[in-house]
Parts: sequence; structure tokens; C-alpha cells
Amino acid sequence: MKLTVNGEAHEVAAATLADLLAALDYEGDWLATAVNSDLVHKAKRAEFQLSDGDRIEILSPMQGG
Amino acid sequence: MFDLLGTTLPSRLLLGTAQYPSPAILADAVKASGTSVVTVSLRREMAGGRAGEQFWSLIRSLGVRILPNTAGCHSVKEAVMTAKMAREVFGTNWIKLEVIGNHDTLQPDVFGLVEAAHVLCEDGFAVFPYTTDDLVVAERLLAAGCKVLMPWCAPIGSALGPINIMALRSMRGHFPEVPLIVDAGLGRPSHAATVMELGFDAVLLNTAVAKAADPVGMARAFGKAVEAGREAFISGILEPRDAAVPSTPTIGRAVFS
Repeated sequence: MKLTVNGEAHEVAAATLADLLAALDYEGDWLATAVNSDLVHKAKRAEFQLSDGDRIEILSPMQGG
Repeated sequence: MFDLLGTTLPSRLLLGTAQYPSPAILADAVKASGTSVVTVSLRREMAGGRAGEQFWSLIRSLGVRILPNTAGCHSVKEAVMTAKMAREVFGTNWIKLEVIGNHDTLQPDVFGLVEAAHVLCEDGFAVFPYTTDDLVVAERLLAAGCKVLMPWCAPIGSALGPINIMALRSMRGHFPEVPLIVDAGLGRPSHAATVMELGFDAVLLNTAVAKAADPVGMARAFGKAVEAGREAFISGILEPRDAAVPSTPTIGRAVFS
């Protein structure tokens, strides 16, 4: 499946958003995720089905002013 | 003590966490400043990366309250999404709302700001809008549901200090009951003291501390300046007078002639 993750193209075999995070070695409870500009809550990642062409954003805490 | 949206804070200084020479200096600066609120942001995490985890772990160890921002957002949609993601990660409904309107000046897009504030307030956020010193915009933000306002005193990172004292004074006068936090443009402790003397409730700054030769010393200096300015304001400041007035009593003065 072709996906865009944080702006980069990926070819990943992942049925759900949780599968994708595991496949790309993301882990931890400090991440926020969005698919096609909609927030996907942490608790919903395991059941969130991905589709070809989905745009995924994976964000984490960073310094800010 | 400072009551901000029902939360009692020991300090009227809010500090940003960006641009410090190292995480250890950031941690020491936060402690030296006496602040109890720090701003943070959200950025894309690299696959397998742990940058976010390390930073988040450091911030949590400081025991301060978190004010996430939407820095870098140029549209209402971006800002609203970022706010929602920040709430998910940081577990707070506080959000410093930035909708930037110009790449060069980093001035807020006040039209987008009001629109985003409305959406987020409806969604249960406590919105801290980074705004200008325009009174009409301030009124619209309050009407949108904001309970606190954060006017700039000069462009972000400029270190110019309060460049329009009249506008700030006017804002304080128009909104006597609204918590007003000067955000952006402060360069030195005397700038912070000046706006606190005007009656502003708090200041938020980052670059002036982080980019100082000694950020920890500068953080401490800003903490003192904010306290001094606040105490001066509540103590009643003497207004300037045109005439000279002797401070030493003239009665009982000896006469030698």
C-alpha cells in the first residue's frame, strides 16, 4: 500500500494505523496521529483501517516558544 | 501568586523552551526563572526517532504546567488540527493559538485567529491567542470565547521591547478584568518590568533568555524583573511631574548668613 507519512512516500504492508506505527518503528505514548488531516486518537489506532494514498502525520513534543 | 483561568501559579513569567544551547541549560533556566508554565510545540517525528520522547521526558521532570502552541501555522485548519493533536499528546486543554499572517514579520493573521479561536473555544479549549494590541481584535477574541489575551509588544524574536506603550496602556484600560499576558518582542528584563508596571498580568518570552550569553542568569534576571514590575504596579507608581519637587523637608533648615 502506498502511503505518505510525514510528507514522505512509503510502501508499507499495514492494515491499520497501529500496524503502520509498528512497521515504521514508532512507539510510545507521546505521539499524536492524523490521517488525511483528521485526528486519530491513540485508542482508535488499532481499529483505524488505512487506504491506499492516505496521508499520515505523526507528531511528537518539541521545543516551542 | 497569579490566578490564571482558575489555576494558581507562583510566577507571572511564562517561558518558552526553544533555542537553548542544551537540554540541561533549558532545565536550569526554567528553574532559575521561577516559572511554572512553559510553552512547547509539536513537530513531525522521524521514523524510529526518540527526539520527542527525550524532550517530553525532560519537560515532565520539571514539574511545570504545559502551554502547547500552534507555532508555524498559517491557516485556521492547520492551527485547529495542531491544537487538537497537542491536546492528545500533552493532556491539557490550554493552547497558545498562533495563526501567522506574514512570513517576514510573523504578525498574527487576526482574522484567521478569531475564526480559529471560535472553533477551539467551542471545542472546549482554553485559548491563549497570540494577537496584536488592536482593541477591536481583542473584543472579537473575547466574543469568540477567549478568557485571556496575549498581545505582542514587538515582533517575535525582535527584542525591541514595548514599542507602543500607548496601545498597551489602552488595552489594559479597556480590559481591566481580562488576564493580559505580553507575548513576544521582549528583549531585556527592563522591558518585562515596564509592561508589568503598566498592569499586565504576566509575560511570555523565549528568545531573550535562550539566546543570552548565560541563559540561566538571564532567566533569573527576568524572574526578578517580572516580580519587581508587578510589585511596583500594585504599590502605586508616582506619575511624572513637570516641576522639581524637593524630597528633603525644607522646614527647619539652618540659615547661615
